Amino acid sequence: MHPPRALYIHIPFCAQRCHYCDFNTYALAGQPVDAYLEALEREMERTVEALPPEKIDTVFVGGGTPTVLTPAQMARLLGAVRRWFPVAPDAEITVEANPGTVGPELLALMREGGVNRISFGVQAFDDALLRRLGRMHDTADAYRSVALAREAGFANISIDLMFGLPGQTMDMLADSVRRAVELDLPHYSLYALKIEENTLFHTLHERGELPLSGEEEELHMYLHIMERLEAAGRRQYEISNFALPGYESRHNMTYWRNEPYYGIGAGAHGYARGVRHVNIRGVTPYIEAARERLPRLTEEPVSEEEAMEDFMMVGLRMRDGVRDDDFAAQFGGRSIDDVFGGVIARLRDAGLLERRPDGAGWRLTDRAIPVGNEVFGAFVGALSE
Amino acid sequence: MTDALSRQRNIRNFCIIAHIDHGKSTLADRILEYTGALSPREMQDQVLDNMELERERGITIKLQAVRLHYRADDGQDYVLNLIDTPGHVDFTYEVSRSLAACEGALLVVDASQGIEAQTLANVYLALENNLEILPVINKIDLPSADPDRVKREIEDVIGLDASEAVLASAKAGIGIKEILEQIVTKIPAPKGDPDSPLKALIFDSHYDAYKGVIVYVRVVDGSIRAGKRIRFMATGAEFEVDEVGVFRPRMTPVDELSVGDVGYIVAGIKNVKDTRVGDTVTDAKHPAAEPLPGYRRVNPMVFCGLYPIDTQDYNDLREALEKLELNDASLRYEPETSTALGFGFRCGFLGLLHMEIIQERIEREFKIPIITTAPSVVYRVKLTNGETLEIDNPSKYPDSGRIEYVEEPYVKASIIVPNDYVGPIMELCQSRRGEFVNMEYIDTSRVNLTYELPLSEIVYDFYDQLKSSTRGYASMDYELSGYKKSNLVKMDILLNNEVVDALSVIVHRDRAYQRGKAVCEKLKELIPRQMFEVPIQAAIGSRVIARETVKALRKNVLAKCYGGDVTRKRKLLEKQKEGKKRLKQVGSVEVPQEAFMAVLRIDQ
Repeated sequence: MHPPRALYIHIPFCAQRCHYCDFNTYALAGQPVDAYLEALEREMERTVEALPPEKIDTVFVGGGTPTVLTPAQMARLLGAVRRWFPVAPDAEITVEANPGTVGPELLALMREGGVNRISFGVQAFDDALLRRLGRMHDTADAYRSVALAREAGFANISIDLMFGLPGQTMDMLADSVRRAVELDLPHYSLYALKIEENTLFHTLHERGELPLSGEEEELHMYLHIMERLEAAGRRQYEISNFALPGYESRHNMTYWRNEPYYGIGAGAHGYARGVRHVNIRGVTPYIEAARERLPRLTEEPVSEEEAMEDFMMVGLRMRDGVRDDDFAAQFGGRSIDDVFGGVIARLRDAGLLERRPDGAGWRLTDRAIPVGNEVFGAFVGALSE
Repeated sequence: MTDALSRQRNIRNFCIIAHIDHGKSTLADRILEYTGALSPREMQDQVLDNMELERERGITIKLQAVRLHYRADDGQDYVLNLIDTPGHVDFTYEVSRSLAACEGALLVVDASQGIEAQTLANVYLALENNLEILPVINKIDLPSADPDRVKREIEDVIGLDASEAVLASAKAGIGIKEILEQIVTKIPAPKGDPDSPLKALIFDSHYDAYKGVIVYVRVVDGSIRAGKRIRFMATGAEFEVDEVGVFRPRMTPVDELSVGDVGYIVAGIKNVKDTRVGDTVTDAKHPAAEPLPGYRRVNPMVFCGLYPIDTQDYNDLREALEKLELNDASLRYEPETSTALGFGFRCGFLGLLHMEIIQERIEREFKIPIITTAPSVVYRVKLTNGETLEIDNPSKYPDSGRIEYVEEPYVKASIIVPNDYVGPIMELCQSRRGEFVNMEYIDTSRVNLTYELPLSEIVYDFYDQLKSSTRGYASMDYELSGYKKSNLVKMDILLNNEVVDALSVIVHRDRAYQRGKAVCEKLKELIPRQMFEVPIQAAIGSRVIARETVKALRKNVLAKCYGGDVTRKRKLLEKQKEGKKRLKQVGSVEVPQEAFMAVLRIDQ
């Protein structure tokens, strides 16, 4: 397997934490941001030394909220990426942003630094709902930020929306979807709220104080989303992602194709040479560790069986499913049908899997999409247990 | 000869009768410690309960016997044999045989809680066996102790003289020496004639991988040594003795076991079924004319199906049962087939506890995930053609058209309960089709209630209900009292319109509707949603009496994958899968293990 061609960089700072979020992120005030950027460079340096990249096709700066960096800090970060990694001229370079955190100066600087894709965490076009989520921005910020990004020359813009939010009705969701589609963006991510431990929502949920929509309503929302976006020409290319042809997130496809990626930053995940790593999560411990070594929290080799299971588990999230020749390329010429024949036959008989239209692999059936976990789960442990 | 006689004079065989938690095991430990059978260092807490399960549940399942040496205040050396007894109603017969191996019993009563039903039942057994009973009032160091009340209770209820009852605290080591002195002075030495033909009572056995079956005996007449040919009088099996010995508490070979001795015999016996508890061992060349009294064959009272969740485990399950059977003469099993569950075994048990123990041991020691079907009693079905069938599996119940009448087993249950809870207990018994027999006051605050109840009504959760409706104060004992005609029907359960034979139950006709409804509701709770809608129906014959529906699974898909955290996704899916491992594919429906017991576990 070639060295990773995808690079993820984590910026673990947000203006404040949202009520549903359990990602590795910290409120910005008082954080040693410059020292952190310094540490990122150290980790980049050590990373390319340990595993020299050939070329980088995608860069994704995620968080947290990367756009809380000052323009100078952002410039430094983007400069460091190019200094240590051979980023291809046609690379997709994405930065995650929250509405209201981007000004013309920062956007222009990002453009100069080669950023060509921006992903906004809009979540909903509903101010009351946004407050309930603990978001800092409102609907007006979302419109303004998208407009600013366009003015700065960004064509490849994506927004995130959430559904199944507390108090969110089908009508409210439909309204957000309508407004999102009206923006006529090339890419949309729509995902259901999941209550994670160690969040305010989890606490409220435990106390029974979070009015969540039931499964039936969530299903209707999901079906509505699929219908509306497909109608608007944004094809569902993955469980939660919709895009105009050619605007699919190349970086995220790396994950779904089970291909390797570098992961840099506090709490970042990477996958290279058959090993998954997780970095130290805390900002200061990460900074300290990066001075001495690769700041790893854990490193786990993935057995070939497990890797084959992962290939199916993540690959089937894509609407086009898994391809025989990709599998053969990753696993020494082996075939999906030989390795997973029994599981596949069972899922096919249950009407959950079907051959790709070109016959060269497998994909979810339409009815399997809302219950994808039933399919993904069937592969987990199928070989490794 | 005089040696043998003087030896016999200084033997004391005793057991301990106590309710669960009244401190039997702790007391046994203290006695072992005091007599130096084990140093405190060597002691694993509560030596006599040496199965992991026993220790966890705080109950004794297998009997054990220990030989102790004690120099009494009279300056003489005594051999004390302590025979441990199981403390649960499932094992009443085994208790009676171990009592028969003794001349005396310590009656241990908790100084705060007083006499319980189980204790009472065992005391009566001991009195039937003419045992000298020494009351011991335990836990006197607790603030709530009321030894005078407990003494009065012993005198009023059992009619024993409790004036010399030892006040003890096994935990604190109080009263141990006094107990030992009373054992020596009050319990009679064993009677019996060393010159008569051998008669030894089997009170337990266990299987040893190297030596074969180890038979636990009490010699009543004659003697036994290696090389002798012995016969088991009930089974007729004969063996040559390889070794005799005693437990101190580890197995220690001796030259001879003589009158009054408690010990073991090793005789190359392969099958524990040859050594039935209560049987008499005699000399094959000079057999005794009559066996010892009291032997009976124990019949299982409760039957259920055991099935591997994974059909590939069938052979492992059979091997597990074979191994367990080596050590458990009362376990019965035979292969059976269920359309829903595939190949498995119909197993017979002495009672519910026995069943749960076997089930847990299979899962824990043999690591085979199994499904247990709802326990059933043995029904006697008289057919119109005059034939009588014994049915222990509801799926074998004949069509109603062929049935003349059905009889079911009843027990006589005695329940001791504080006055305040008499009402709830009577209600509970009534709701289980109980017939009131008698009520008598034990003292001013407690009552002994007697009911006749169908065994099928108490096999499952009756005891739990009893405990929960009396805040744990009630205690119960029961014995089989016979068969009675009943208006019974077979109720089938259908999943996705197919009868699941393993879920069929036999119920009283008047309660079928209510039960059917409750079972369907319970199953709806337990059966996870599937990719399609699953109707659940209860039916008698072709008539559906209750119905519920498990709605189809509609949405179950994880949101997007952040920053490449594939491991986290994997873990979530693994967790989902872990839940599915306890599911059994029944036709097209995945059914959890608990569902098969749920047909009985209904809060009425």
